[in-house]
Amino acid sequence: MLHPRRSRTFSELRALEDVSFDIAPGEFFGIVGRNGSGKSTLLKCLAGIYGVDAGRVDVRGRLSPFIELGVGFHPELSARDNVTINAIMLGLTRKQALERFDEIIAFAELEEFVDLKLKNYSSGMSVRLGFAVAIQVDADVLLVDEVLAVGDASFQQKCFDEFDRLKAEGRTIVFVTHGMDAVRRFCDRAMLLERGEMIDIGKPDTIASKYAEVNFGKVGDDGPSSAPGVLRARIKRTWCATADGPVPEIGDDTATVAQGDECVACMEVEFSDPVEDPVFSITFRNDVRHTIYVARSDRGGPTGAFAAGQRANVKFRFPNWLAHSVYTLTSAVLTSNGRVTLDQHVDAVTLRVETERRSGGVAELPTTIEVERS
Amino acid sequence: MSVTAEAAPAAVQSRGPSALGGDLRRALSLTWMLAVTDFKLRYFGSVLGYLWTLMRPLMLFGVLYFVFTQVIKFGEGVEYYPVYLLTSIVLFTYFSETTSGGVGCLMARENLLRKMHFPRIAIPISVSLSALFNLGLNLVAVFVFAMISGVPIRLSWLQFPFLVLLLAAFAIGFAMLLSVLYVRFRDIQPIWDVVLQITFYASPILYVVSALPAQFVREMMAANPLATILTQMRHAVLDPSAPTAAETIGSDVRLLIPLGLIVLVFAFGLWLFTREAPRIAENL
Repeated sequence: MLHPRRSRTFSELRALEDVSFDIAPGEFFGIVGRNGSGKSTLLKCLAGIYGVDAGRVDVRGRLSPFIELGVGFHPELSARDNVTINAIMLGLTRKQALERFDEIIAFAELEEFVDLKLKNYSSGMSVRLGFAVAIQVDADVLLVDEVLAVGDASFQQKCFDEFDRLKAEGRTIVFVTHGMDAVRRFCDRAMLLERGEMIDIGKPDTIASKYAEVNFGKVGDDGPSSAPGVLRARIKRTWCATADGPVPEIGDDTATVAQGDECVACMEVEFSDPVEDPVFSITFRNDVRHTIYVARSDRGGPTGAFAAGQRANVKFRFPNWLAHSVYTLTSAVLTSNGRVTLDQHVDAVTLRVETERRSGGVAELPTTIEVERS
Repeated sequence: MSVTAEAAPAAVQSRGPSALGGDLRRALSLTWMLAVTDFKLRYFGSVLGYLWTLMRPLMLFGVLYFVFTQVIKFGEGVEYYPVYLLTSIVLFTYFSETTSGGVGCLMARENLLRKMHFPRIAIPISVSLSALFNLGLNLVAVFVFAMISGVPIRLSWLQFPFLVLLLAAFAIGFAMLLSVLYVRFRDIQPIWDVVLQITFYASPILYVVSALPAQFVREMMAANPLATILTQMRHAVLDPSAPTAAETIGSDVRLLIPLGLIVLVFAFGLWLFTREAPRIAENL
């Protein structure tokens, strides 16, 4: 600018190109991608922190002004001062900030440390404080960059509940993360970025597995194994339904089953080779990829012989006592000793279990409680 | 989640970052808050706290006072020379604090600029606001000193706030200008340090203009608005018999030169800041 004729060599880096999408009001939208894929740049463009060189960003309603927790937190100041500062940055008035102060501190569970300087806080504690202030924002659209990286398990759960609340209020949330579990758990839709380009946009499950592919290469072929010496069988379809409910349409890989109802996990298998006593199994994993429940057909004895070309319809009936969460169902068919997997459908079905109350456990088994005085 | 047509706000194209614009109330409270925090933090952890804001110009004054009244008889014949010296030091301290604070202010607030959407101008303005708080405190000390020295209160003191306003406009103009230049050229920092040092001696702080040859003074006053402000300050606050700024520079019309310079610096600073504002976050 001061030297109009000064020559400068530089190489152009396009942080984002040809990225175009709509987010509906009330949607929980995830942006995923590897480091340097342009996620944060995109979020900054949405927030109006970076201008776009070409194209446009249209926003309906009020946008939350910042994209990270605890922006402007000063280590030399106490939590009290920092909360006020942060709240004003969010657009609250000083009066509102003071009114909501107790609520914020209570949410962050930091009552004992109100007058402690922030430099003496642990990183988890300051993130909690930042989150507690951020959810006070009076905006229609929230932009969040990697919030759940820190914080202990119980606080994460609290954040999840808070997200549910915001979602229920109809706020739109745009969420950048590396955590595919969070994507599966919260997002209505997600988008995968790679080197500044939009690879895919759609259902969280699809995007999450694509993300895994981008990261680690394609995990496995869904088709039947064709290696010599391996028996060929193929799972044609996997679904999940209530006992008397209709079989879901092909392509509909989500199911909601009320707690306490009987749930039926089904798979349809076609054998291309004759197979003796195959083992069928189902595995349920929860939102943090913990295996919650596994059922295998060999527990009930041999399944018998299947001829080439023969089909098997396998049904696993069980009472649904799973806790409130989102689960994925993986179906598999194995050889009789259970050592070789003939075919599997990883995360074929997403199962939602919704309950009013949450116990904090992974299963909520029917229980009778007796209290006796003696 | 369904949104009715009435409830849905119209789609507004997001304009990206800018110097001004956006919610004015939030911009003001943000500026105010940044200034207050900055002011609070400056002497945080030091035993004497706010007193240091006062101590620094007082120390400088003490040394200069000793040198120029006891060693070299510089202030001879100048009415209330010690008060003049202290007042000009305090005013120059404000100018130097605002402008040198302005140089690095965007850099220092990088975290905010990269993570938050807000009118960018809040940052340089808050720097000068925080310096203005200091000036306010220092002027209290100056007032006490003037009373002790027996300076009579005059109606012409009312000119003083106006002079401070001119000084602030000049300083904020530079703060805006330097802050965006520094984002591109880190050389600004040492350059400005030198410029400030030259300005200190090129302004009538240690001396008064009436002691200098008239032709030289005219040129100096035209080139340096600080000289005009300090000269007028002497006339209005300390000694009505001292020449006014207009008398010193030659005529009322010629007074427009330093005034125009102030307007020019402010306008150019604002223009450049506004032009650069959308890219500050990326260029940091």
